[in-house]
Amino acid sequence: MARMLAAWIGKRALGALLTVLAASILIYGSLRLVPGDPVLAVAGGRRLTPEQVEALRHSYGLDRGFAQGYLAWIGDALRLDLGTSLNYQTGVTSLITGRLGVSGLLILYSATLAIVFGSAVALVSAVKGGLVNRIATIAVAVTTATPSFVSAIGLLALFSVGLGWFPATGAGTGPADRLWHLTLPATAMAIVAFGVLARVGNAAFAEELGREHVEAARSRGASGAAVIRRHVVRNALAPMLTIVGLLFASLFVGTAVVETAFGLDGVGSLLVSSVSRRDFPVVQGIALIAVLLFVVVNTLVDLAMPFIDPRVTVGGLSR
Amino acid sequence: MTLTIPALRARSARRRRRRPLIVSLAVAFLVLIAVTGLLAPVLAPHSPDATSLLNSLLPPGTEGYWLGTDSTGRDVLSRIMYGARLSLLAPLGVVLLSGVLGITIGLLAARAGGWADAVISRGMDIVFAFPSLLLAMLVVAVFGPGLTAPICALAVSYTPFVGRVVRSVALQEGARPYMESYRVMGFGELWVTLRHLLPNVMPVLIAQSALAFGYALVDLASLSYLGLGVRPPDADWGSMISQARSAILQGEPWSGLLPGLVVLLTVVSVNVLGEHLGGSIGRKQSEGV
Repeated sequence: MARMLAAWIGKRALGALLTVLAASILIYGSLRLVPGDPVLAVAGGRRLTPEQVEALRHSYGLDRGFAQGYLAWIGDALRLDLGTSLNYQTGVTSLITGRLGVSGLLILYSATLAIVFGSAVALVSAVKGGLVNRIATIAVAVTTATPSFVSAIGLLALFSVGLGWFPATGAGTGPADRLWHLTLPATAMAIVAFGVLARVGNAAFAEELGREHVEAARSRGASGAAVIRRHVVRNALAPMLTIVGLLFASLFVGTAVVETAFGLDGVGSLLVSSVSRRDFPVVQGIALIAVLLFVVVNTLVDLAMPFIDPRVTVGGLSR
Repeated sequence: MTLTIPALRARSARRRRRRPLIVSLAVAFLVLIAVTGLLAPVLAPHSPDATSLLNSLLPPGTEGYWLGTDSTGRDVLSRIMYGARLSLLAPLGVVLLSGVLGITIGLLAARAGGWADAVISRGMDIVFAFPSLLLAMLVVAVFGPGLTAPICALAVSYTPFVGRVVRSVALQEGARPYMESYRVMGFGELWVTLRHLLPNVMPVLIAQSALAFGYALVDLASLSYLGLGVRPPDADWGSMISQARSAILQGEPWSGLLPGLVVLLTVVSVNVLGEHLGGSIGRKQSEGV
């Protein structure tokens, strides 16, 4: 039994590793797709001496074959060295880690908002049904369709410029001030995630509520709250966790839009400015982190599934 | 956001028994937007690029400028009408491309099976690991701003979204007795697939495509909002919102909020339609048609 579990975990981990490997080859290879001479395209309008061109070519591994260039790049990346930014002339790794504080807090803040409000709305609407459920369905349909840049400008116009409750730009200083500054951006980012979670949660809760074991527990005289806590919420946890896993990666990329809208200096706004300036080392570094985050989080969620929901089986056997 | 939610289809199937009012409203709105985009040169009251500093930032409801003007005095209504063209055509391109790719790959995986299926499924996992907006930004970094490269990138990004569903329906359908009987009758594999399997896959494909259209519209508008999509003088709704930024901070948000509202309503309509189509398919299958 333990051996089967170990084999299953090993297989999942291997699959994840293969995905990251293939994705990293794609990310590295994108530079070679640049039409014409990549180095000249990357240099943009900047005038370069032949020595500088040669140095750039070497730093991208363009003076070597694809495989050699890739191995050098990924080898450096494994040692946490993502190269040097063309625009800032500093290490990409330090550039990203310096901005991770704002973006990380923003992601956690918005994920918390989405999970708390999403599951609350899902549970209440599934239990109450009727009119409450219908209102929740409409709210969910609207929120899932609201692009974050639309919610961002709506929130800016109403709460920041109109009512003056929250600042329009900047990340603030000190913990309390920072949370206050990040409230509107986090809300803008959380709106879609909230809708998706509420929708999936509602479906999961409604399905569990209709099951026989819930009916049986009720007829045994268990109180409503206990039935919901023990029999409904526990079983509905698995599908919601899967969605939360998927949300993290999309929130990471979502910071690009929201940080731009609110003038925050984070990883997302760095990605946007690097894309428009064709600062390749930075773009490749952030893309690599995003893919890694997606694969790791989703693999962990997958691996956690049999422990959360005993009905999920491992290789045909239940745990 | 690219999330496939199986539970959603099951639930919609239960909920929708006849065509609800909301679906008709959604279709009406989409037709309205498409027609105003198509007939923009006839219907638009002003040229979308005519600036007039005397008339800048007029509020909605001003005579002659019913939705107001932006910070350079351009008519917001006319710009929304003209903006509809790129805002709708670009995601349509994504959906058509990803539909063709998804059908090909999904059918191939289901019919070939074995290692071809394994390779295709692994490939779809890899594509799935790139959030669609990230992939779009990556190709903008490679090819420079513009819409062509992001359209192709998003088409690839949404291929698993279509391909997985096509594959599973094709597997289900391929196992039915009538498929076997065609084969016994001596019809070629390709003919059976195209003539008999493809029509059965179409309804699911259309429902998935409607949802993908909404996602692609949001991705492309986000890209334009970030200044990485359409290049001036072309304009779509995303770039209109981007240009309204300073006006919003000045307390004149209308030239940004109105195109934002149009994006929102369009995506809601497309989602409602997609879920309705997906729901009716779920019902048909559960009734064993």
